[in-house]
Amino acid sequence: MNELSYSQSWFGNIKGDILSGLVVALALIPEAIAFSIIAGVDPMVGLYASFTIAVVIAFVGGRPGMISAATGAMALLFIDLIAEHGLQYLLAATILTGILQIVFGILKLARYMKFIPRSVMIGFVNALAILIFTSQLDHFVDEVWVIYVLAAGTLAIIYLFPYISKNVPSTLVAIVVITGIAIYMDFGVRTVGDMGTISQTLPLFLIPEIPLNLETFYIILPYSIALAIVGLLESLLTASIVDDSTATESNKNVESRGQGIANIVTGFFGGMAGCAMIGQSVINIKSGGRGRLSSLVAGVFLMFLIVVLGNIVVQIPMAALAGVMIMVSISTFDWNSLRTLHLIPRSDAVVMVVTVLTVVITHNLAIGVFAGILLSSIFFVSKISRVRVESSLIGDKRIYKVRGELFFASVTEFLTEFHYNEAIKQVELNLSGSHIWDDSAVAAVDKIVSKFKENGIEIEVTGLNEDSSELVGKLANKLGTH
Amino acid sequence: MYKKVLLASDGSQHAKRAAENAINITACGSDSTLEVLYVVDADKAKSDVLNNWNAIDVNDSRKVQMEEVDRLAKEAGVKYEIKILHGEPGPSIVDYANKNDADIVVVGSRGLNGLQEFVLGSVSHKVAKRANCPVLIVK
Repeated sequence: MNELSYSQSWFGNIKGDILSGLVVALALIPEAIAFSIIAGVDPMVGLYASFTIAVVIAFVGGRPGMISAATGAMALLFIDLIAEHGLQYLLAATILTGILQIVFGILKLARYMKFIPRSVMIGFVNALAILIFTSQLDHFVDEVWVIYVLAAGTLAIIYLFPYISKNVPSTLVAIVVITGIAIYMDFGVRTVGDMGTISQTLPLFLIPEIPLNLETFYIILPYSIALAIVGLLESLLTASIVDDSTATESNKNVESRGQGIANIVTGFFGGMAGCAMIGQSVINIKSGGRGRLSSLVAGVFLMFLIVVLGNIVVQIPMAALAGVMIMVSISTFDWNSLRTLHLIPRSDAVVMVVTVLTVVITHNLAIGVFAGILLSSIFFVSKISRVRVESSLIGDKRIYKVRGELFFASVTEFLTEFHYNEAIKQVELNLSGSHIWDDSAVAAVDKIVSKFKENGIEIEVTGLNEDSSELVGKLANKLGTH
Repeated sequence: MYKKVLLASDGSQHAKRAAENAINITACGSDSTLEVLYVVDADKAKSDVLNNWNAIDVNDSRKVQMEEVDRLAKEAGVKYEIKILHGEPGPSIVDYANKNDADIVVVGSRGLNGLQEFVLGSVSHKVAKRANCPVLIVK
């Protein structure tokens, strides 16, 4: 696989990029509005974000053909910030998120994303899908029956329209048809206009109106850290998916930095923090998009549509948006993971389920990811801390052959494997199938040696590998100076 | 007679039967070669990348799905190569077959997902319609 050159990434696929950009813009609008409503802000905050992020990332992103905009994963993280402190703090948090992501990119931390276990990544995606789904249930509480019919109609069109034509995105057809029906029949159901205003103007440069002090910093910092992590996680996962589906490489550190720049710009133009979107990127690739131009066209066309059609957009019924979001959650969920849940190692399954449950309980994807990573490291430690000791008697010499990793978590059990009181003269401790990792392991070996010696048994340690004997030497010297 | 045989495979049961036939056809010619096409579309890429997150190369797991083909081909003494294509399955297979002057394309009649086939139309039908060479659809 090779990486596209910068000019190739702009002009290598002009026709395909323009067409797919138009499709993506149409698909982005309902999501940007719905994610704004999830977060509790005006629909314009999500629409402006989708515009600025898509446009900026077209220039500075590291993965051509990937679509970034306002996302559900991010929106879910700042619901509390909006409720407690308001929009201005969100804008400030968005800018700080961008700064953190740029630092991440400069320090080239993207490669550590591979340290996140597969089951945590799957848990992340599934939890995201579940949260998007449950966030839509509010729209159905204490509502008239017609809401259910409209939402069901939206879903039916989304899934069945591709049977008729694949050239027009079915979500758009669903929104247009259902909005048309709702206006014509005059159901009086809640619409986007009831959730906030759509202003048909371009975003303006604004400095967030917040007191510039440490208190503000401490309020937004935890949100920004969570946003930076979740944003990069979803962006780099999406980048890998685009890499794979287009058989081209991308620079993940440039992408991290690009996400940061996009969020900073977005914060100053009144938009909420965003990141790459798996679903929209898949739509872009399937529609023939490969280059940076697709993201630029998507952003510009989205803004154009809002400026021109804003007064129609406010009449979209919430039920239709809820239908679209239910589709988004269904396609986000990794159904394969349910089918294989009983096949994968038990510990992987537990990590996945715990990640999902933590997110569903805390409503915070960042906490879920940390819980998942922590749990899988504990599983890992407990797995590799199993040390086997085989003993054999040759003449009157007892040979203990040790297999496994010797470190803080494995030494306690290891010490109980020896018979210190056996009536023999000689013992050989063969460590050729083992590795000594830390001072606990050195101390444990020392202890075994001295215990045998106390009982008058001669002991010989053999088979230390190079690393292990180096560590033993170093630590023995240190301990000797006491 | 058929020098360049293409087999479209997705690792499903139907694809295995198609593989048996493709290998039989290839075995007839003394210098015939078999190319096994495995197509990855964007949706498949999503689930494959996710489920192989810690793997060194996603394509390794895709090749594992071709083990059955590998075994059959070795038994029959047929030389073969696996090609991983990217894009929509139907058009990608047609495009590859036409550009590489394939002599015959062998496909299974059904894929893995019945619903997808209902919505998007069958891959075998598309290949049969648009490829410039004989197409064998194996039931």
